[in-house]
Amino acid sequence: MNLLLDQCAARHPAAREHAPAALRGLDLRVAHGEQLAIIGPSGAGKTTLLHLLACALKPDSGSLQLGGRNPWALSRGQLQHLRGELFLAPQVPPLPPRQRTVTAVLAGRLPHEGLWASLRSLFYPSDMALAERALARFDMSDKLFERVDRLSGGERQRVGLARALASQASLFLVDEPLSALDPSRGQQAMESLTQSARERGATLVTTMHHVEMALHHFPRIIGLRDGELAFDLPSAQVTPERLHALYDQHLHELSATTPPASPEATADPAPVVMHCR
Amino acid sequence: MTNSLNPSIGNPAAARRDPAWRGRVFWALAALVMLWPMLVLSEFKPWVLVEPGALKPTLHFLGDFFPPKMNSEFLTMVARETWRTVAIATAGLTLALVLAVPLALLSVRVLSISALTGRMALLPGVLRQAVRWLLIVLRSVPELIWALVFVRVVGLGPTAGVLAIGLTYGGMLGKVYAEILESGETHATRSLLHNGSGRLQAFLYALLPQNAGELTSYTVYRWECAIRSSAVLGFVGAGGLGQQMDASMKMFNGSEVATMLLVFMALVGLADRVSAWLRRGLA
Repeated sequence: MNLLLDQCAARHPAAREHAPAALRGLDLRVAHGEQLAIIGPSGAGKTTLLHLLACALKPDSGSLQLGGRNPWALSRGQLQHLRGELFLAPQVPPLPPRQRTVTAVLAGRLPHEGLWASLRSLFYPSDMALAERALARFDMSDKLFERVDRLSGGERQRVGLARALASQASLFLVDEPLSALDPSRGQQAMESLTQSARERGATLVTTMHHVEMALHHFPRIIGLRDGELAFDLPSAQVTPERLHALYDQHLHELSATTPPASPEATADPAPVVMHCR
Repeated sequence: MTNSLNPSIGNPAAARRDPAWRGRVFWALAALVMLWPMLVLSEFKPWVLVEPGALKPTLHFLGDFFPPKMNSEFLTMVARETWRTVAIATAGLTLALVLAVPLALLSVRVLSISALTGRMALLPGVLRQAVRWLLIVLRSVPELIWALVFVRVVGLGPTAGVLAIGLTYGGMLGKVYAEILESGETHATRSLLHNGSGRLQAFLYALLPQNAGELTSYTVYRWECAIRSSAVLGFVGAGGLGQQMDASMKMFNGSEVATMLLVFMALVGLADRVSAWLRRGLA
């Protein structure tokens, strides 16, 4: 799916009235099947940009086109259909603690199957092979029937990525895919992600904290700073000087391999209590 | 040095008073004064309990409780009526579920697609509010009133009890289910909706597994309440153990009442065990 942003501005729904917009005057053009990484210091608007592209956030001004259509001009049904064509993987994997891995992965397919088929799949997983293949890409096929709350943080993140592969999306929007993975796992996860996107000709947009990993895996790098585009270059032209300018006053983040702890990190499931209401 | 750290040494404690004390005394007295007219209005006169004219028949009735009646014919009847009570409660709760689940799903804001980005659209917002009002109407009429209505419509017997429990508990369950679904973690649900799933799919794959434990535990608790409630409904002729208890009470037959009360305690204790076991299984 190709993307087109023209002078887009957006603010977070929870932001205060007069706070500066999280993204300002952004121009971006992404061709079908392209792969790019978004880098920049914390608070630069990387996640907001992903949400904008995922139709999870309405732009304040400017225009957004996905696959040649303006999503916000569509009816609600058509918009939901368009959302089924893209896959947003949040930084904290959105997995209910008591769900099994196989169900969590197959949930990626929901937009492309009917209600009856998804109900039947809860009784007996209808496409276990698909879930197993997706998990195997991240070296997790032995955890097919494990419950999510028995997995480690890194395993949960990989289940979230496997769900993306199980979906039939043509646009992957992945937020910090490596935040809970060690370097070798991260390397493997990145390779699986870029390779599967290439195989199915899907567009891949990732935010990355790990700059070296971004330069290594992606041909095109977007630098964001304070909600504005700092640069948009092939990775070979991203010099250390440019990176220093981008991360000016945030230099510790340039060398860090993991992002700062996210506020929405999931807690362990609370024990079930009985309420008398 | 010590003096500056501990002011009470140079400054007697008696000179200091808790500034909140005066207000606390005032509000405690005010509450007592306000309680008095309510006691008068509710004709609360506990001393009539110990007046000799009232005390003697009460003690006589209570004395009849021991020993509980245990002959086999009576026990068979109690067992049959106990089974009927459980059946009324279970059937009533099933009817309540049939009402509550769709109504709760209709009223839950988490499953709104338009509310994912900004305000909920007008029509779904109005629909959700209307369903909430319907739930309020259903549960604000006590099951006893519904039972009196249905006894007139369908006649004496368990059907009236089932319908009464179904309507009231449908309202209660629907409201509390919606509350449970909205109070929990919604990240997984919103994420599925963002990726293009339907509302019911998002419910089945995220919202339900997220809250299944609490929903089950609350449902079992309500089942226990329905058992107790079906006993009360028996007094207005809705069948089951309650109707037998009503008959025995009218005959001042304390030993029969005692047996049935013991059965009740056993039933409620059993429901408690089932609920604990289910919660452990779902944890």
